[in-house]
Amino acid sequence: MMDLQKLTIGKALNLGLRRAMEEDPKVLMMGEDIGKLGGVFRITDGLQKDFGEQRVLDTPLAESGIIGTAVGLAVRGFRPVCEIQFEGFIFPGFDQISSQLAKLHYRTQGRVKMPVVIRVPFGGGIGAVEHHSESPESLFSHIAGLKVVSISNAADAYWGIQEAIRSDDPILFFEPKKLYHSGALKMEIDTETSPGRVFGSRVVREGTTATVVSYGPSVKVALDAATAAEEEGKSLEVIDLRTLSPLDLGPVFESVRKTGRLIAVSEAPLESSLTSEIAARVQQECFYSLESPVLRVAGFDTPYPPAKLEEHYLPDLDRVLHAVDRSLSW
Amino acid sequence: MPSEQWTHPEPGEGPAAIAAQPSPEQVIAGLRATSEGGAELTQLLTPEGQRIPSEQFDSYVADVDDEVLRNLYRDMVLVRRADREANAMQRQGQLGIWVPLLGQEAAQIGSGRALGPRDMAFPSYREHGVAYARGVDLRDLLGIFRCTDHSGWDYQAHRFHPYTIVIGNQVLNAAGYAMGQKFEGKVGDDDGEATICYFGDGATSQGDVHEGFVWGAVYDAPLVFFCQNNQWAISEPTERQSRLPLYQRARGYGFPGIRVDGNDVLACLAVTRWALEQCRHGNGPVLIEAFTYRMDAHTTTDDPTRYRLSDELEEWKLKDPIERVRAYLARGGGADHDFFDGVQAEADEFAAQLREHTFNMPEPPPDRIFANVYAEPSPVLDAQREEYLSYLDGFATAGEH
Ligand SMILES: Cc1ncc(C[n+]2csc(CCOP(=O)(O)OP(=O)(O)O)c2C)c(N)n1
Repeated sequence: MMDLQKLTIGKALNLGLRRAMEEDPKVLMMGEDIGKLGGVFRITDGLQKDFGEQRVLDTPLAESGIIGTAVGLAVRGFRPVCEIQFEGFIFPGFDQISSQLAKLHYRTQGRVKMPVVIRVPFGGGIGAVEHHSESPESLFSHIAGLKVVSISNAADAYWGIQEAIRSDDPILFFEPKKLYHSGALKMEIDTETSPGRVFGSRVVREGTTATVVSYGPSVKVALDAATAAEEEGKSLEVIDLRTLSPLDLGPVFESVRKTGRLIAVSEAPLESSLTSEIAARVQQECFYSLESPVLRVAGFDTPYPPAKLEEHYLPDLDRVLHAVDRSLSW
Repeated sequence: MPSEQWTHPEPGEGPAAIAAQPSPEQVIAGLRATSEGGAELTQLLTPEGQRIPSEQFDSYVADVDDEVLRNLYRDMVLVRRADREANAMQRQGQLGIWVPLLGQEAAQIGSGRALGPRDMAFPSYREHGVAYARGVDLRDLLGIFRCTDHSGWDYQAHRFHPYTIVIGNQVLNAAGYAMGQKFEGKVGDDDGEATICYFGDGATSQGDVHEGFVWGAVYDAPLVFFCQNNQWAISEPTERQSRLPLYQRARGYGFPGIRVDGNDVLACLAVTRWALEQCRHGNGPVLIEAFTYRMDAHTTTDDPTRYRLSDELEEWKLKDPIERVRAYLARGGGADHDFFDGVQAEADEFAAQLREHTFNMPEPPPDRIFANVYAEPSPVLDAQREEYLSYLDGFATAGEH
């Protein structure tokens, strides 16, 4: 049965979480302020009211506690979904993520399953103070045993969160906070008919001149750049990675073989990042198809600056177009 | 060392004592019902402005005559006025966000004014009153909230560390600093140094805070842990963090814990002076729980109507930290209308200056992004900066055509 709803990313996540809780009584939400307040971004709005305090836990204020107890709950057969309030506050939980969450399945030869999802609002552009605008996804992508995904639109949010919760692997689920409540990004979603698997990279706009690969909040930037480039007679193919680890680069290789050029866009700093990994693998797999070096448009190798400077720090449409021009002029 | 403040029945003192232990539910219900702070609350000035004598603490405020009290009053009024102005400026889009201190003026001014020039303070992010007491120009502080910089003051000159937003992080940093004071032999007598570290009730759940307690205790660090229990961690009440009154936790680490009326500036001054004295003399850390209330939203992005009742707010209004000093001064003839009006006028002028300064705060130039990432030069960053600046130049040239 079709049930079409026009949703923002935030609302799509809320409905997706609700649906996962309805379908499986072992699904729990845990995090700071996620109950009465509905989370600082209201993504869990109304869930505690309907599912009770034992399924939507307003936890004490400690990220290591949230993630460490989620690990234990998972050992006991629950499927915890943790909310980290802002990406900059995930680090007190880093030890539990890297030492336990990511490794228990391996350490126990598969006996222990870790169906834990950690939802992380990430990225900049909201004019916030320190620690509220970072992009630490590459750090987590480096940890084996962990899956790292991101979403960039409401349909993927709705179906993706459910897919992540159903997965028996630990998943870091990065959500572009800047886009949560964007009315312009509202999408009509059929909330009944599953599109099948959500994760894995996907071509979101076809083109022939150059490929732009991105994820999370930068996908919108890439798409806007493609629209602008079209006016100048350039056709950009845009790929949304969606799965950041293990990286699914098949569609990227295919695209680069067609266009011969690749620009990777991300808000994260450059050094030792996902964009570094993409560049390395693409030059290895597509060496003879490349017409120019893989270029990267990203944050700088600096701490996230004061918000008055974030428009300079964040990749925008102009910086993407500039990179396209540089690629073409090679 | 005065120890009554932190003695309570030893567990296992006998069957009767154990039988009398309240159930967890009772403890929690008790916590919520303790808007009076309980019998353990140290108070020198009641909400009605009556002076309560204290055998233990009177000597710590023996110098506080009407003039000193008038100054404390003035401090609190100025800081509150600045806070309201900043809140309003956020609403007008001049600040990205504001973290209100409304209601916590006494805890901050009382403790901040207890510090000596060589003492060091480690704040979290709501300590604008302590910043003021440390001589930080609040105009420098506003840059954080206008998002022009992460920290705008000279921490060494003011002995006031940069704000810390990650909950609890600064507690370990403060412990390390205090260990340094100890290692350098700066404790032992009245001339000793001490460190004070501020954090909220919510923060007490963080592992870093626990570890800070352990380090402070093990190394006998001259460290005052100053917990402003404003009853809420965003939407979560204190009982989401603890079954016990927070000050009692100190016992488990082996140092004194004390609960002070956080809305009583005199008591906060006295108790903090006492705690600092303990530290200066090498007796190791002290935990102070300042029992207070956050009268405004958590930050300007928060909506407290979703989680707390207006009744609670009304009840706390009656315990206003400024009003009780005013009542005391007025009743005893320590200050007259002219004084109160004068302070108000001064506060308005102070706020107007803040506003003007905020409006005129210069925008940081783009190359600020690359400045001070490292103490030593970095060719990689130099290259990134040059590349970005020449990219920006390209726009300027394009615009000229
Ligand atoms: C490690 C970490 N987790 C989450 C946050 C988000 N956050 C900011 S303030 C706050 C509540 C803190 O409450 P409390 O410690 O009681 O201090 P208060 O704000 O009431 O002064 C939370 C959850 C953070 N800043 N750092």
